[in-house]
Amino acid sequence: MLRGTSLTCYRQDSILFENLDLALDAGEILLVEGRNGAGKSTLLRILSGLLRPTSGEVSYQQEPIDNVLDTFNQDLLYIGHKPGVEPHLSAEENIRYWEKLHQQETLSDLVPVIQSVGLYGYEDIPAAQLSAGQQRRVALARLWLTKEKRIWILDEPFTAIDVKGVALLQQRIQSHLAQGGCLVMTSHQPFNDILKIDHRIVLG
Amino acid sequence: MNWWHVFFTVMKKEWLLSFRQKSDLINPLAFFLLVLTLFPIAVGPFPKLLQQIGPGVIWVAAVLATLLAAERMFKQSFHDGSLEQQALSSVPFSLTLIAKVVANWFVLLVPLILISPVTLMFFHLNFEIWFVTILTLIIGGLTIFLFSAVGAALTVSLHRGSVLMALLVIPLYIPVLIFATGAINAASLGFAYHGQLAILGAMMIVSLLAAPFAMSTAIRVGLG
Repeated sequence: MLRGTSLTCYRQDSILFENLDLALDAGEILLVEGRNGAGKSTLLRILSGLLRPTSGEVSYQQEPIDNVLDTFNQDLLYIGHKPGVEPHLSAEENIRYWEKLHQQETLSDLVPVIQSVGLYGYEDIPAAQLSAGQQRRVALARLWLTKEKRIWILDEPFTAIDVKGVALLQQRIQSHLAQGGCLVMTSHQPFNDILKIDHRIVLG
Repeated sequence: MNWWHVFFTVMKKEWLLSFRQKSDLINPLAFFLLVLTLFPIAVGPFPKLLQQIGPGVIWVAAVLATLLAAERMFKQSFHDGSLEQQALSSVPFSLTLIAKVVANWFVLLVPLILISPVTLMFFHLNFEIWFVTILTLIIGGLTIFLFSAVGAALTVSLHRGSVLMALLVIPLYIPVLIFATGAINAASLGFAYHGQLAILGAMMIVSLLAAPFAMSTAIRVGLG
């Protein structure tokens, strides 16, 4: 589904990675590991199309993503380490706004989504006043909105999330994979057996 | 999804944000009003002179207020990551950006026009001249705001980009400024000023068509 061919990236005269090949099919997880500054986030940004690699190519369903940008963006859900949550909008407004810009169909009722990410009762508070974990949850609520997005690219999804939240998120990831989606993520958390990691890339 | 619908969704969000961050709303206006107040005091009580320089002062104050407002337009959304999300939407990035710019322009322009009648008093302007000045501000001001927005987009990823941005865009203001003051001068001499207004309008349309693509390319570079 998602494939990277001989990806190379230079940053400030140093090589982050060179001739990296990866391929991801439906229902698979790719875990990108490495020390801080090894280029994990950069690789994720390249795979999401935000950043062009120095050389190499990212393709989606056998087509370079630049040729199929519309379908690719429709199927892509990227949550970077900057979560894209507007601090002056409430959780609900944030979710609603994101949905309108990214989804073909919008939900009439957001309450179930807000409940499943544990923000019920906080949905009217400006995001700036929420805790770091809650802000993260506002961003992660996108995962519950959608069945349209097949590729998830998540940068450190478990950061600042409590134990219960992590379990919930793993459950959601599992059902996403079962529906034929795929997932690229970075994480420093050790994994228990719940999620089966199909591919690993260690950078640095 | 319907593009007009997206356009208005973005505009509504921008308006909501502006009203929640009142300081951002008020700062350019306060600046505008302060310049207009200081000028007659500094120049002295000479009605003829004030009448002559009045429209020019209004324009310069408005241009600098525009620069001030445009400079912070993309900063916040760049840093919290929402620009990134917009860039990855299947809705064209240029569309969401132009919606943002137009929304911010209204937030700046409408209060500016509402307080501009004070200039009638400050600069002893007559109603006709004030009216033409506002007309040129409405048409030419959008062009200037679009130029500034492109400048802001180019410098969005820089830490102290505001001076660079001013250097980049202020030269572009000059043609607009020339035709705007040309229209005002013609009006004050009792000549027809529609020609200058038409040229301002043409500049507005061209920049309205070109700016969205320039902005989206510039911001994509900044995101990379």
